Amino acid sequence: MEEYALIMRHEDGAAVASPEQMQAWMKQTMDWIGSIAAQNKFVSGTGLPFDGARVVKSDKTVTNGPFGEVKETIGGFIVVKASSVEEAVEFAKGCPVLQGEGNTMEVRKIAKGDGVH
Amino acid sequence: MNQPELLPHLFRTEFRKMAAVLVKSLGIGHITTAEDIASETFELALKSWPYKGIPENPVAWLYTVAKNKAKNHIQRDLLFAGKIANEMKSTFSSAEEMDIDLSEQNITDSQLQMLFALCHPVIPAEAQVALSLRILCGFGIDEIANAFLTTREVINKRLFRAKEKLRQQKIAIVFPDQRELALRLDTVLTTLYLLFSEGYYSESDDNVLREEFCREAMRLMELLIRNPSTDQPKVNALYALMCFHASRFAARRNKNNELILYHHQDETLWDEALIRQGAYHLHLASRGEQLSRYHLEASIAYWHTIKADSREKWESVLQLYNHLLTMSYSPIAALNRTYALSKVAGHAVAIGEALKLNLDTNPFYFALLGELHTGHDPVQAKQYFQQALHLAATKADQLTIKKKMESL
Repeated sequence: MEEYALIMRHEDGAAVASPEQMQAWMKQTMDWIGSIAAQNKFVSGTGLPFDGARVVKSDKTVTNGPFGEVKETIGGFIVVKASSVEEAVEFAKGCPVLQGEGNTMEVRKIAKGDGVH
Repeated sequence: MNQPELLPHLFRTEFRKMAAVLVKSLGIGHITTAEDIASETFELALKSWPYKGIPENPVAWLYTVAKNKAKNHIQRDLLFAGKIANEMKSTFSSAEEMDIDLSEQNITDSQLQMLFALCHPVIPAEAQVALSLRILCGFGIDEIANAFLTTREVINKRLFRAKEKLRQQKIAIVFPDQRELALRLDTVLTTLYLLFSEGYYSESDDNVLREEFCREAMRLMELLIRNPSTDQPKVNALYALMCFHASRFAARRNKNNELILYHHQDETLWDEALIRQGAYHLHLASRGEQLSRYHLEASIAYWHTIKADSREKWESVLQLYNHLLTMSYSPIAALNRTYALSKVAGHAVAIGEALKLNLDTNPFYFALLGELHTGHDPVQAKQYFQQALHLAATKADQLTIKKKMESL
């Protein structure tokens, strides 16, 4: 069993959702996570709220928000257990983030910390 | 109270107090001696009261006898056991110096300290429960064996090994300091939750005994709640959970002692006072930021005190299970989550989710699939119930599944 990070990428992080939308989205996200957890495949995860976000550049200048020239940003991630990348991809397909056009899910294997990865 | 009733009653209430105080006074290595002294005290009462009459103050009589027996024991040890009694010698140079304090305050303190000592992570959870039942609740070996559906020998062995472990590791009978408390409280709560569940889900035919196990678990929880440093949100949450479950005691069994499922229970038999008490403690549990699995389980149990189906109820229950599963997975939570999902999103969605659960050695998994097909595909439902029946380990579960099949 490997661990994979399922990373939620929003095409436009600056887009503002209404509180009702946010609430519906939270519920759907929890249903998605609950489905994975009910299979005993959930490891951990967190949302990454956009408010208060900062970007530190190589010249140490700091800008507000993760969205400078690129609008795309990460909304959160979860870590799951899966026997293959294909299984992890199947989990990713269920994420409600994908209802937003242009949004994507990135599936990445977690390094094992064995000095090789 | 007349004599035949009085002694069993006193045994119930006083044995455990004496046992806790005596172990506290004699040391963790002398649990068996403490038990023996407490037992002998009651034997003496049983022999002498019928002839001499009930003493004016029966409890004081028992305490005095127990104290004297303890002092005699120490005296004997000091005189004859030499080296073996070394550890005691360091504490008491003579039996006269030893004070066996059976005041209300010391009883409470001793019980609380013993709770932490017995629920020490060095001994297995099962043994913690058995030891707590014996020392903190005063149940007999036969009663404990009956509840665990096993023999005296098995329980005696389990208790013996656990006592040896406590002795070897020299576990201190003290209330843990603040730092230690944070680490140890969870083990205590797990044990008390197990103790409660042992009563609630026991296969034993002894109804009274089962309920007493639950009440004892709740009594020990109350000790924690009354102590300011353990009166924590998660403690209140677990206590609330127990109140909600216990409120259904009278409605859970029929005259033949068969389990009545939630949906068929007569809710006028639910204990309103316990439900209110649970709600009060769940409210107390919501102070602060702490969110434990007990908060989630108590909230789910709260929703089940409202029998009527509503969208709000099932959506809340579903979200609580989602949350609970991310915190701690268990097959039963996974199955219950899927049932809640069927109430929110319909049976078809829930069946799809159920098939992913990978629980095909679990009878309740097939029972859930049978349930989800009921009313939609009776043939398939029957097949699933048959698989459930094949796997069901207990008579109660088999009976429940058979009833489901009959009503298809």
